[in-house]
Amino acid sequence: MENILEALSFPFIQNALIAGLLVSMASGIIGSLIVVNRMVFLAGGIAHTAYGGIGVAVFLGLPIFLGASIFAVLAAFIISIITLKHRERMDTFIGLMWAVGMAVGVVLIDLTPGYNADFMSYLFGSILAVSQNDIYFMATLLISIIFIMTFWYREILAVSYDSEYANLRGINVRFFYTLILILSALTVVVAIKVVGLILVIALLTIPVYIAEKLSNTLYMMMILSGIFSSIFTLIGLWFAYEYDIASGASIILVSACSLFLFLFINKIK
Amino acid sequence: MSIIEIKNLSFGYHKQKILEEINLEVEEKDFLAIIGPNGGGKSTLLKLILGINPVKDGSILTFGELPKKNLSKIGYVPQNTNVNTDFPIKVIEVVLMGHIGSKRPLFGYGKEETLCAMGALTQVGMEEFSHVKIGELSGGQRQRVMIARALCAHPEILILDEPTASIDIDGQKRIYELLKSLNEYITIIVVSHDISVIMQYANKVVHVNKRLNYHDISTNTKGMTHQCNHFCDVEMFNLFKEVK
Repeated sequence: MENILEALSFPFIQNALIAGLLVSMASGIIGSLIVVNRMVFLAGGIAHTAYGGIGVAVFLGLPIFLGASIFAVLAAFIISIITLKHRERMDTFIGLMWAVGMAVGVVLIDLTPGYNADFMSYLFGSILAVSQNDIYFMATLLISIIFIMTFWYREILAVSYDSEYANLRGINVRFFYTLILILSALTVVVAIKVVGLILVIALLTIPVYIAEKLSNTLYMMMILSGIFSSIFTLIGLWFAYEYDIASGASIILVSACSLFLFLFINKIK
Repeated sequence: MSIIEIKNLSFGYHKQKILEEINLEVEEKDFLAIIGPNGGGKSTLLKLILGINPVKDGSILTFGELPKKNLSKIGYVPQNTNVNTDFPIKVIEVVLMGHIGSKRPLFGYGKEETLCAMGALTQVGMEEFSHVKIGELSGGQRQRVMIARALCAHPEILILDEPTASIDIDGQKRIYELLKSLNEYITIIVVSHDISVIMQYANKVVHVNKRLNYHDISTNTKGMTHQCNHFCDVEMFNLFKEVK
């Protein structure tokens, strides 16, 4: 207990907690949308393409979030165009973007003179290195997501549930589909900071999977996912601090164990 | 007065013709069945009437105007309602989607909209399921919810694409009885494979296979269905022989 109180007095731990909670709530909401729209593979593609953006940002000396965001949003646009035009080839294109994005990132980081910062931190997260600016970025994103979801809930629900019907009722399906992808891209970018791009998919899906079983509306699913995700993140961070292990992996393992526990309890009920 | 008027309509993708020289008039309170082989152009014809596909050759007028102008007067029940059954959505929310396109409150759903949606659910006999997750319903129940969704917009024409495909026989009967009662004040257009069922309810049948053949059946079969409860393809074949 003393340990925890002592830890909480460090500003970087406080930042990590705030960032963890902000990203958990954002990924709960957006993860729900990704799962119900069957976009998990797309989100994976966006996450890995974003690594190319990180490489570009490092190479040009730009803020990392900016580079990653631009690349991720670009990837979201490309995926949106491909899904609407060449749906049958989508997996090929996403696989391509996935790999090329990573390759661009790795090469550019190699080429950056004198740059030897821990590039593992982007693969597995570096929540303890969250800055004040990062937190502002995350908070702005979360507020935007909540605002968009509240204002356009019925349209987004209709597009996700039955896009053909939504189109017939005059909803601009393409606009909302692209909007969902862009929000996913930005959420993936901030989640990279917390758990890293390799683990981002787990953060976006595990809490959502549990929430899906417990809710019969989309907003309930979003709220529950956000809550579960926050709890897993906090417990994961505590383990990371206590045993001095990587925070991203710790958060994911806590989530996965909770999922197995949940499935087990569900089974014996 | 005809509420749908199709004149010399042809339609195709690339160079392949799907529909050729279609002429059709639908009058108020008609119960029109569209039959025909798979790939014969039935769904394409619906999409043209609904304004999803643009008309290039010939003309379609709904209520005397272009289809795009009267979308709110046409309710549509899509073909496959068995997809996405894991989706966390309550029956009432599905029905509320029917209001999309009309005026909406800034956030959430208006009180009137909810009342109207409940009314539509009552009409199809599904009001007690309003807060059940859509995936927990049977295929037939789900189809009735989709009809309620279409009714929500107070349509004057209700278009259904294969409403009874993959639904058990009791469910099918309930849906057709529902359509029959709705037909007292709404025009019904239904695409179906099940000719024997259609014959009991429809007053007009068109067969679409690139071209359209029109059958008025309002007189010759209606009397017969009162005589017996059973009417299947065999009876139809017998009927056919009698006529011959």
